Amino acid sequence: MATWDWQVFCKETTTGDAVSGCFGRGGDVTYLDWMLSAWGWTLGVALLAMGVALLVGSLMGILRTVPDKRLVFIGEVWTELFRNIPLLVQIFLWYHVLPSLFKPLQGVPSFLLVVVALGFFTSARISEQVKAGIQSLPGGQRYAGLAMGLTLPQTYRYVLLPMAFRTVIPPLTSEAMNIVKNSSVAFAVSIAELTMFAMQAGEETSRTMEMYLAVTALYFVSAFAINRLALFLETRVRVPGILGAK
Amino acid sequence: MKKLTYLAAALALLVAGAAQADTLAKIKGSGAVTMGVRESSGALSYTLGDGKFAGFHVEICTRVLADVQKQLALAKLDVKYQPVTSQNRIPLVQNGTVDIECGSTTNNATRQKDVAFAVTTYVEEVRIAVKAASGITGIAQLTGKNVATTTGTTSVQLLRKHERANGVEFKEIFGKDHADSFLLLESGRADAFVMDGQILAGNIAKAKSPADFRIVGEVLAVEPIAIMIRKDDPAFKKAVDDSISAMMKSGEIAKMYDKWFLQPIPPSNTRVGLPASDATKMAWATPNDKPVEDYAKK
Repeated sequence: MATWDWQVFCKETTTGDAVSGCFGRGGDVTYLDWMLSAWGWTLGVALLAMGVALLVGSLMGILRTVPDKRLVFIGEVWTELFRNIPLLVQIFLWYHVLPSLFKPLQGVPSFLLVVVALGFFTSARISEQVKAGIQSLPGGQRYAGLAMGLTLPQTYRYVLLPMAFRTVIPPLTSEAMNIVKNSSVAFAVSIAELTMFAMQAGEETSRTMEMYLAVTALYFVSAFAINRLALFLETRVRVPGILGAK
Repeated sequence: MKKLTYLAAALALLVAGAAQADTLAKIKGSGAVTMGVRESSGALSYTLGDGKFAGFHVEICTRVLADVQKQLALAKLDVKYQPVTSQNRIPLVQNGTVDIECGSTTNNATRQKDVAFAVTTYVEEVRIAVKAASGITGIAQLTGKNVATTTGTTSVQLLRKHERANGVEFKEIFGKDHADSFLLLESGRADAFVMDGQILAGNIAKAKSPADFRIVGEVLAVEPIAIMIRKDDPAFKKAVDDSISAMMKSGEIAKMYDKWFLQPIPPSNTRVGLPASDATKMAWATPNDKPVEDYAKK
């Protein structure tokens, strides 16, 4: 059976010597240092992509509920386009195919391409949830808002969206947790994130089990932290008497 | 995908428990043997599709297993193929899923703690591939350039060591597999691709216009590549070593090398075009299972 060797994280990455204290000093980098930096890249990709996804996804979700059929069409096309292509394929389209068609894209760092790719992919899913949130409200709210003399944007801003977003916090939480896990595809375009770290460090040290277990724990911690944060947010913004709130 | 296969390997390890150490008895008892092969390890071990595998190491293993069959006086030996990856090959050999791994595994001291290696059949040289038009002739000219290599290979560490030793800085880009890394070079995202010589040669041979690429510069590292078997199984190791050493002595191995590395090979009938290096010839002349660390000392 496998025996564990957790000291492997204290090794220096070029010389393989054990470093006391496990954190490299003066240019030395241990596998622990490397893993933490990889965690940073994972969180960086995930959080920025989530930002993109929330912005674009909300916009597209809203467009799909407005009276203007042309705007609805734009929202539908966007959602179906990004929802029906596998994530890894999208990443490759952004990284290999688009830059060969549009030369200026070649200068864009792969980090940004991944953030955009992952953000747009997730935006399709968020658009679906935001649309569902808006449609779950009684139709009378929209008409009441308009009858009060509010413009359509004002109706959305002050009447529909405040309730719709509260309704969709739980599915949005799932998306935010998914995006952390989906960010692992970024290794395919040379982002030094956790999955790449696990593959590379596992190969270098022959301690693949330890590397994957540690990385698994970090993914779990990241996703679970988002889960707790969202739960806190959900409780804080609750409207008394609605959605099961006391 | 790779994570999934790895997980499967980890589970198999838990279920299988203690591995059988006597492979010869296992083969004799079951009349079957499982050969670990690679999907795409250059001309050493690769798939032809449809569950068929070929390559220099696959052919050597096929002959070794024929000798084993003779030694055990088995009327019939059923050879099963099990594709492995660099992440799961060692656990799969340890837990008994794979009896003999015929891929492109570097023999090093860390791995020798977990598995055993047959005598070295091929010595890999890590080289640099560039576009012929780039004018790059050595590693010294790569400072500040984009250098591609593949995630999960020893070349990544090699580049890091080189940067550290010479105080230079590359912009490293990591392909997820060799084909991907070569695409980085081909599309101009990378100025060089640092990898095992035979992988570079194989990818160049398969490129749209092979003349556009060139392998240049010094040999960055040498690594003995060997067939991998279970540890602490002296009878099986002896059977495998004897069979391979006989091929080396009779010169058969050189003929096989010629077939896989210099003649057109299936499926596309292209040539790798990489003559046996001096280090490889040396390994054939004096069969040994020394790890990579012993090569570095020289």
